[in-house]
Amino acid sequence: MAFIPHTEADVAAMLAAIGVARIEELFDEVPAELRVKSLAGVPEALNEMEIGRLMSERAHSDGIALSFLGAGAYEHHIPAAVWAITTRGEFYSAYTPYQAEASQGTLQLTYEFQSMMARLTGMAVANASMYDGASATAEAALMAVRANRKSRSARILVPLTLHPHYRRVASATAANQGLKFEELPYGAQEGITLPDALARYETEDITALIVPQPNFFGRLEDVDALTDWAHAHGILVIAVVNPTALALLKPPGEWGARGADIAVGEGQPLGVPLSSGGPYFGFMTTRMEYVRQMPGRIVGRTLDAAGKEGFTLTLQAREQHIRRAKATSNICTNQGLLMTAATIYLSLLGPQGLTRTAAAAHARTRELVTALTRVPGVRPAFTGPCFHEAVLQLDRPAAPVLRALAGRGIIGGLDLAGYYPELGNALLVCATETKTSADIERYRAALSEALQSVRAA
Amino acid sequence: MSNVPADLRYTKSHEWVRALGDGTVEIGITDHAQHELGDLVFVEVPEAGRTVKADEPCAVVESVKAASDVYAPIAGEITAGNPKLAAEPEMVNADPYGEGWLMRLKPSPGALAAAALLSATEYQKVLDAEGG
Repeated sequence: MAFIPHTEADVAAMLAAIGVARIEELFDEVPAELRVKSLAGVPEALNEMEIGRLMSERAHSDGIALSFLGAGAYEHHIPAAVWAITTRGEFYSAYTPYQAEASQGTLQLTYEFQSMMARLTGMAVANASMYDGASATAEAALMAVRANRKSRSARILVPLTLHPHYRRVASATAANQGLKFEELPYGAQEGITLPDALARYETEDITALIVPQPNFFGRLEDVDALTDWAHAHGILVIAVVNPTALALLKPPGEWGARGADIAVGEGQPLGVPLSSGGPYFGFMTTRMEYVRQMPGRIVGRTLDAAGKEGFTLTLQAREQHIRRAKATSNICTNQGLLMTAATIYLSLLGPQGLTRTAAAAHARTRELVTALTRVPGVRPAFTGPCFHEAVLQLDRPAAPVLRALAGRGIIGGLDLAGYYPELGNALLVCATETKTSADIERYRAALSEALQSVRAA
Repeated sequence: MSNVPADLRYTKSHEWVRALGDGTVEIGITDHAQHELGDLVFVEVPEAGRTVKADEPCAVVESVKAASDVYAPIAGEITAGNPKLAAEPEMVNADPYGEGWLMRLKPSPGALAAAALLSATEYQKVLDAEGG
């Protein structure tokens, strides 16, 4: 049985009513050259048994690697209770429910999520989640253009130390809406954005400055100085932050004298397992004065007619089901299930658990950098503090070294040659609380061997 | 029956315009418009110094059920947004032609003459045609 409510007779009746012969004609306005003629490369359908076997074989061929790869998605321990609770039938939907107020449990959970994200980032209000960290960054740039009413330029300063994928997504999302992204260089020794890079913009009309913390290299930016510089020149500050790191670092709401204006980030580290690019989720928080410029849904706590506490969707007047083409954003649903997992993850860990996780990841990364830089031909690329990632300089290209490591069951990190050719043979590595001293020693020994084998080749 | 003062001029999109006698005009939304929107919870007015084209969206009025643009009836430069509306958006409901004004604007040369503004009688016909 097909789960399609319309019979062929229904479809024919509807087409007749609007005077159209075939459904295809409804798509006539899409130019022919943009239509896909056939789905080349998509194989024939498989049945459930066949696809189960195929995926099982592919999973086995991946094996269970020891991973030191971060670069925007991080391996953390996820307590078993997180997904046991998240996948209960009461929660098991990616969507905000229709007739949302009938689902008080879902709304309360979303409200708790918002409260946790507001607390973590030190901001007044949060939304009910975004698609991922990259799209949340793009939405934050669009929001800054709406919110900074003193600026007319729609120019956004983007440090090269922001994740390269985030920069591409922001540009793809917002460039056609008239936003101009201008890249800020970083200090070659420090791996962070330096005041020198900002000076030339002091007399120009700039809408917002993006500040990643930690940055893509794992390094800690001078967020107080960057924030104060921006505010002194009428520029809004968009913080792009790692939620785990916020357990240790100063929250964006306390950066500089006034705090950041918008904070966004990738929520995956909070209880979402690594998978090939997602689904993950993003988060966004802001000051109360910008709440009406914030995209997405917001759950509020209120009193019902009988004076009892209840939860409700609020500030909907600018969403697309009401404002249509003039909506604040076209994001309507959210990553509800992943946000649910994150809320349960944070509830189970508590503030102390999150702090211990962050501190352990930081300590393991220091241990990793110390161990790997003992290997001849390996040195740290930058000086200064980092969170749970670091860039290493190798004395030969990283790609063949990573291949040799993969042959030993180790994912050694990210080769930066394609993203930052100016860094030479640079490798971005990460260690979280999931790595032991034995794991790190195994990586050190394998790297030593791999460098020798690549050298000999 | 909506209140349509005879001494103001109007637009089909339910803005009113009052000449202030110093070469600037005051702009707001009509009694009919505030009634249709319901209780306003937020009003966003333009910054002084902003230049607007005729029919450009330049303010937003938001009620619990809808957020609507307010269009500039005349091209010109904004001289003031009503600062009281940030804290008291309900002023637009209570006194749409007085304390609830949205913005003041200095028309560009020739813009006032070029603007297709309606008299109170003509605007009343627009409302009658809408069933208001």
